[in-house]
Amino acid sequence: MIWNAFLLALREIRRNVLRSVLTILGIVIGVAAVIVMVTLGDGATRQVTTQIESLGTNLLMIRVGQHMGPGQSSNAPPFSLADTVAVGRDVPSVRAVAPSASQSMIAIVGNSNWSTSVTGTDNAFFSVRNWTLESGRLFSDGDLQGGRSVCVIGATVRKELFGALDPIGEKIRLKSMACQVIGLLQSKGQSSMGSDQDDLVLMPLRTFQRRIAGNQDVSLIQVSIRDGESTDSAKGDLERLLRERRHIRPGEQDDFSVRDMKEIASMLTGTTQVLTALLTAVAAVSLLVGGIGIMNIMLVSVTERTREIGIRLAIGALEREVLTQFLVEAVALSSLGGILGILLAIGASLGLAPLLNVPFVFNGGIVLLAFCFSAAVGVIFGYFPARRAARLDPIEALRRE
Amino acid sequence: MAADDATSTGEPAPLIEFRAVTKIYGAGLAAVSALDGVDLVIQQGEFVAVMGPSGSGKSTAMNILGCLDTPSAGSYRFRGIPVESLDRNQRARLRRHYLGFVFQGFNLLNRTTALENVELPLIYRHTPRAERHARARQALDLVGLTGWERHTPGELSGGQQQRVAIARAIVTQPSLLLADEPTGNLDTARSHEIMELLAGLNREQGITVLMVTHEPDMAEYAHRVIHFRDGRISDA
Ligand SMILES: Nc1ncnc2c1ncn2[C@@H]1O[C@H](COP(=O)(O)OP(=O)(O)OP(=O)(O)O)[C@@H](O)[C@H]1O
Ligand SMILES: [Mg+2]
Repeated sequence: MIWNAFLLALREIRRNVLRSVLTILGIVIGVAAVIVMVTLGDGATRQVTTQIESLGTNLLMIRVGQHMGPGQSSNAPPFSLADTVAVGRDVPSVRAVAPSASQSMIAIVGNSNWSTSVTGTDNAFFSVRNWTLESGRLFSDGDLQGGRSVCVIGATVRKELFGALDPIGEKIRLKSMACQVIGLLQSKGQSSMGSDQDDLVLMPLRTFQRRIAGNQDVSLIQVSIRDGESTDSAKGDLERLLRERRHIRPGEQDDFSVRDMKEIASMLTGTTQVLTALLTAVAAVSLLVGGIGIMNIMLVSVTERTREIGIRLAIGALEREVLTQFLVEAVALSSLGGILGILLAIGASLGLAPLLNVPFVFNGGIVLLAFCFSAAVGVIFGYFPARRAARLDPIEALRRE
Repeated sequence: MAADDATSTGEPAPLIEFRAVTKIYGAGLAAVSALDGVDLVIQQGEFVAVMGPSGSGKSTAMNILGCLDTPSAGSYRFRGIPVESLDRNQRARLRRHYLGFVFQGFNLLNRTTALENVELPLIYRHTPRAERHARARQALDLVGLTGWERHTPGELSGGQQQRVAIARAIVTQPSLLLADEPTGNLDTARSHEIMELLAGLNREQGITVLMVTHEPDMAEYAHRVIHFRDGRISDA
């Protein structure tokens, strides 16, 4: 019976190809939109996660204040070099610890100038953040102890200031100081947030404090944990140590934060997920509109085919059988829309993913869900017209032309 | 099924038993009494012709006989079953299993081939596909439409459509064949062929035939002629 109804439905759809296609357009677009959103959203999330995890899942960032990013109006005291030393000495699971302080400023070479971020740190920074040198050398003990005016630059800074020329040995002017380039970093490219990771200048912390900041502050301590050690227990140890050193009484809130990359990743992907959810809601509305379109066309179809329904009922079709026929027709229409939508979405995602620079992540769950949803739209919006057809009075229906 | 129980108990009930059947359309001043206290008994195996002027209630009676409609008053027993007491679906089952219809205006499915039209009642009887095809072809052969199976009503003449409608009505080998002017669109030669066909079905397969006609020539084929006038049976 269902199979018969299905064949009948297909025949009916074939009879009105143009109308059927227009009817299911809403469903096609709705399904396609949902899948594309989710697929691209997944891709973006995957990208952020993998990039942040490539920084090392064993990386912890310790900042002053409780909040991420700029705009923190914390009056908590900054860290000092002594804090860094204590972290390295007193927390056994720490493999390396790099203090840093940063400022953005203009770097000048000859006629070229470029606004970049200048960070004072030490050699641990390279291992903690997985930087390798393309050419030149790291800071020497003499550079670090003596606060010499030397720097290591990122690929972007090199490109902007030196073009294709070899920067090693050349001088960069930063504020009032002239600083000799001793190393060039291997390029890392864009970060997941779209910022250019290669746009940086590194110099010894002491140099930065003396010549640029004019204070002894350390704003960020980056710590890498030994392999096999738990990040959570390391976090606990670090928090205890720093609370003690910063004289925070029991019960008082931390005035600093220790975050691992997972937390940072989830904070960053949170935005993507909210956006995905929002766009998915919009797409769901278009599915609803598609459903109403199907209901409309099914009602038209029932009216047009009143005589046919009358004939079927007169010949001995049960209410249930007529209901099934029209319901199957509505579901066939909407599922067809679902299938076309899925194909469209896969095509569009494959095309868009490279343009948006995110990986294509096939989400079978959402495809299945979208298909079931489109079929359900057919059942829900097809039921009312189908019931109307089934309840027709055969004699009345036969009289109709 | 209830119908089977009814036939198997006691005296064989007449196939059709109308007692004071009345059908009123509309209400109040606009009320039209299409049937006005009709008593009628038809036995299994009869061939009955129904005649009468236009508007005398012939089609109304056929609809009630065919369990498509119910009387406003009076009682109708089909094989002993009081049809008034059945619900829509039960009446649909009666139609499906015992009745064949030839409607006054063919009522074929448009854009559907003759073969598929004839198969339709078998689909609702859940007859297997192969048997369905075979029986539908056989019915079309019987009405002289061999070779026209693949044509849709739009491609057939009025007479051919009429014959498709007859094939559809007889394909299930019903106990009762109701034909509302089955020869209304046919020339005399064709009309006589159709009458021979109905008479043959009645004689050889024991199908009870009830046929509305305006032509006395056609009524001659019947065992008995009933005359309708103003919603009543008149003994003309
Ligand atoms: N659905 C209806 N609503 C209102 N009046 C109806 C309806 N059906 C039939 N009638 C009326 O009932 C009367 C009998 O109609 P019916 O169709 O039974 O006549 P008939 O004998 O079949 O006529 P004909 O030979 O023209 O087919 C007519 O007066 C008709 O107007
Ligand atoms: Mg009539």
